[in-house]
Amino acid sequence: MPIRVLLPSYLRSFAGGRREVALSPAARTVAEALEELWRLHPGLRDRVLTERGAVRPYVNIFVGQANIREAGGLAAPVSEGCEILIVPNVAGGCPGQRG
Amino acid sequence: MQSSSRLKPNDGSVVLLVGTTKGAFLYWSDAERSQWRFSGPHFPGHVVYAAAYDGRAGRRRIWLSSQHYAFGVNLYSSDDFGQSWTKPEAALIKFPEDTGLELKQIWQIAVGRDAEPDTLYCGVEPAALFESNDAGRNWSLVRGLHNHPHRPQWSPGGGGLCLHTILPHPTDPNRMHVAISAGGVYRTEDGGRSWNVSNHGISAEFLPNPFPEFGQCVHKIDRHPSQPERLFLQNHGGLFRSDNGGESWKSIAQGVPSDFGFPMVLHPHDPDTAYIFPLSREMRCGPDGKVRVYRTKNAGRSWEPLTRGLPQKAAYETVLRDGLAVDSLKPAGVYFGTRSGKLYGSANGGHGWRLIADGLPPIACVQTAVVGERAEARPRTVWMTARKPFRRAALGAPRQR
Repeated sequence: MPIRVLLPSYLRSFAGGRREVALSPAARTVAEALEELWRLHPGLRDRVLTERGAVRPYVNIFVGQANIREAGGLAAPVSEGCEILIVPNVAGGCPGQRG
Repeated sequence: MQSSSRLKPNDGSVVLLVGTTKGAFLYWSDAERSQWRFSGPHFPGHVVYAAAYDGRAGRRRIWLSSQHYAFGVNLYSSDDFGQSWTKPEAALIKFPEDTGLELKQIWQIAVGRDAEPDTLYCGVEPAALFESNDAGRNWSLVRGLHNHPHRPQWSPGGGGLCLHTILPHPTDPNRMHVAISAGGVYRTEDGGRSWNVSNHGISAEFLPNPFPEFGQCVHKIDRHPSQPERLFLQNHGGLFRSDNGGESWKSIAQGVPSDFGFPMVLHPHDPDTAYIFPLSREMRCGPDGKVRVYRTKNAGRSWEPLTRGLPQKAAYETVLRDGLAVDSLKPAGVYFGTRSGKLYGSANGGHGWRLIADGLPPIACVQTAVVGERAEARPRTVWMTARKPFRRAALGAPRQR
């Protein structure tokens, strides 16, 4: 069973319009899975990560129901058949953000 | 006003590039500048702090910085006036790994001299200067400025620690001024290898020493190509002019309702004429609820309010540092956009004003272009004879003075 990555609408145009990308089940961490994602769709990397390799502050990545920020970050474990969800965080009421 | 993304400007059209906190808008008109068409929003929902028009080498290219609140900031360009935009896969501007820094915002896009038609500059947050010598495909950090020993002591203003103004010298390819909030003005005379402070006489009322070597919160500087040793400066408190290339500055704040403000723009054809938009320090709106552009026609010895056609009662408007611009026609057009989303224009140097657009998102920047204008006709352009590029190779060896 592949690892499935679900993309938000904004990012789909950097993945050939795909809502979902299937990855090899061999990855053991989120970082490994995402490395394959960047190879398949290079335009996604700099939208999700900063140039220092950190997940952007207003981007959340879930493995199943778990936000990786509370599960080891990019070292969070993944397993065959799991679902990785990339979503923009909510932001509002703040000038310069979404206010 | 007619909106169309299919129509596009013709030769001679004046184009306004309007960046807002929720996308960009393009307005264009013929030389009469009385009827305007527009397209947009481009990049809806994105913060557009910087825009530039590159008409060099036969291009008709618009550059924008566009920041998605979650997915970061990047540079985009259009060669067909916004009908299509580039979609770079990677972020074009990145801090090198050894800096440990992450790009937060692109505050300024500046095209290089006409003799260097593939050179572009970007000023970013955290404060740094980037340069491209291949028409924007690849960018590199200007190390000479990044390695300046003052950099760790620069501190952010309210808008962040940003390099917001880039002024290449019009005739000397080795010279350039940049302005940083809050670091002050820095200049290079050796193509970016070394940078000197250029703040003598500029005040910093928020520091124990009101005239420090650096640390001033300079909001904007501008210069006229026909008199490149003269610069005008809007400070965080104070208006200044330099007649010696930034070696020293003197106050020109006599006769304005407030010496606080953000933009400073020079008239395209007269090096003695400059425009500002004074703000009250408390509200950071036009003082007394009046919308007034102020103009000097004598290099700052006196200032006059320009109010015809502008609200003069209970109008609390703010114009940010890149929200005021001029075009290059005769008579010159003057434009400004407000944080309340109003876009005003004057087709006669500021004598009378008309509302071009209302109800836009908060306006962060306004830039202008005249389509198809021959480079030698542009008043802000001076052809160079000694053409030494602002060499990238020279930038790797920091040498501070």
